[in-house]
Amino acid sequence: MSKEIRFSDETMTLVNKIIKRYPEGKHKSAVIPILHLAQMEFDGWLSPETMDYVASILNIQPIEVYEVASFYSMFNLKPVGKCLIEVCRTGPCWLLGAEDLVRHIEKKLHIKDGETTADGMFTLKTVECLASCGTAPMMQIGETYHENLTCEKVDEILNDYRSKGERVTHWDKKHVKAQ
Amino acid sequence: MGKKLLLEHIDVPGIDKLETYRAHGGYKALEKALKMKPEELVEEVKKSGLRGRGGAGFPTGMKWSFLAKPEGVPRHLVCNADESEPGTFKDRYLMQHKPHLLIEGMIIGSIALGAKSSYIYIRGEMLYVYHILERAIQECYDAGLLGENIMGSGLSLDLYVHPGAGAYICGEETALIESLEGKRGNPRIKPPFPAIAGVWGRPTVVNNVETIAAVVPIINMGGEEYAKIGVGKSTGTKLISACGHINKPGVYEIDLGLPVEEFLNSDEYCGGIRNGNKLKAVVAGGSSVPILPGELFLKNAKGEDRLMTYESLADGGFATGTMLGSGGFIVMDDSTSIVKNLWNFTRFYHHESCGQCSPCREGTGWMEKVLHRIIEGHGKKEDVDLLWDIQSKIDGKTICPLGDAASWPVASAIRHFRKEFEEYINNPATIKDVKHYYRLNKQPEPVA
Repeated sequence: MSKEIRFSDETMTLVNKIIKRYPEGKHKSAVIPILHLAQMEFDGWLSPETMDYVASILNIQPIEVYEVASFYSMFNLKPVGKCLIEVCRTGPCWLLGAEDLVRHIEKKLHIKDGETTADGMFTLKTVECLASCGTAPMMQIGETYHENLTCEKVDEILNDYRSKGERVTHWDKKHVKAQ
Repeated sequence: MGKKLLLEHIDVPGIDKLETYRAHGGYKALEKALKMKPEELVEEVKKSGLRGRGGAGFPTGMKWSFLAKPEGVPRHLVCNADESEPGTFKDRYLMQHKPHLLIEGMIIGSIALGAKSSYIYIRGEMLYVYHILERAIQECYDAGLLGENIMGSGLSLDLYVHPGAGAYICGEETALIESLEGKRGNPRIKPPFPAIAGVWGRPTVVNNVETIAAVVPIINMGGEEYAKIGVGKSTGTKLISACGHINKPGVYEIDLGLPVEEFLNSDEYCGGIRNGNKLKAVVAGGSSVPILPGELFLKNAKGEDRLMTYESLADGGFATGTMLGSGGFIVMDDSTSIVKNLWNFTRFYHHESCGQCSPCREGTGWMEKVLHRIIEGHGKKEDVDLLWDIQSKIDGKTICPLGDAASWPVASAIRHFRKEFEEYINNPATIKDVKHYYRLNKQPEPVA
């Protein structure tokens, strides 16, 4: 299945607005926000074609996009499920049961850390400290922080995402419409 | 009860909106600042004794006065909102609830430094806060607080938010600058310092969220008044984000100088150790600062009560002291495995090393591996000395402080809890009980 990689007009308006935030000739600065938007628009991950497209918008070399995309942990260089579950695994969350939480999700969804469910709905990823240590343990899905978690709460939250069945991304589409 | 300078009115519904913020005294400091000369603003901040709240504690007024001002070259104020230090969540809390406090501080700071365009670099994971800031900034443009001719003063400023995308290293100011330029977050060799050549080669000041927010009360009350709060060179109030095995985790604003015991045990703050357990250890300023055993945290080596100040927490140097750091306050009760906690932190630093300097790139990985084999019950007799050796060869030998930050937790854990490491190595059978010690629902019961 190949579809043309091209931002919608709405997103493109935002892209152009973001590029103008940086001094003339320094538009490369916009690469990270635009990659977030690309991940939002093109199925939650960055394919080589998507990165080449971003390079063409910014008029920079593709390698300049690849090296940024591969450095930052929020950029997915492989396809992910509609709903990327990012569980914090760092010290403070770990002190309050993050390990149990991860094991519970693995068992519930029959996947390991880094894997995607067979139906393409969920991907599980353990991540580093999300600055939510006072409400540990926690996980992020899209832009939402789910805090003070228990196994029961996780079940409810995941069931909710499954029944909606929509793709969730870090940069939520509703913010593009609000521009 | 300490003064609330930053968290004042934080519970007021709608305080994130301009109208409500103004109704509660918001943008009064900006009005005052617009009548002052830039050098007078810098002078007030100097008088306040404000020190960088991101972790390093460098005097803010001095940092501002170092900014180069070559003719015809734009300069920038950049806010470091990349809060990623494990245990630290104060900036997120402040920005989410009082975005206008940060914006007001950014406008005043930009006037003081002569910046015409300024940036808030926020970590990518907090994109929802990015949108809160965007909305608040738009409100300011609409109300004439940003853009051309701010409040009829003739001054102008553009303020932008810039998201990162997941990299602890971008909290280091030169890595942040690289990232703001659209590159990998590889720290730069200093000099030149950002004050001379920062973002796009232009003179730049990078300040933490809380530092910039503190400028607002400083201008409101005057630097001298602000300096009256606190003890010695630790002036003003500080946000402490408390977490771990305590009854009341959360963000607290304290007057610097508060006794640590009061902070830990009083119901106004942490409310003591949960489930009536005993205190084992505290990491007082984010995961990077040395861990201290409970007794050495509450009282210094001379037996004096410690205070929440830069100096008192550092008393005794690294041998018996620690650092105030970012204010990420992680408390561990007597159920905690220091060795496994250390493995967790070391894995974090290995994951977050940018890979530029070999001591950090390789050393953090070696430490993680050695610690992993210890907690898995395969530790060797020489492993504790080996860990000590590795950390000593990272500390101070890298371009940026991530290397130091990775080595200090290891050094301090060995210094104060060596016996626990040896127990793991000598009696692997005993570790089984503590291996997956932390349970959900906040019940600290060992796995059978």
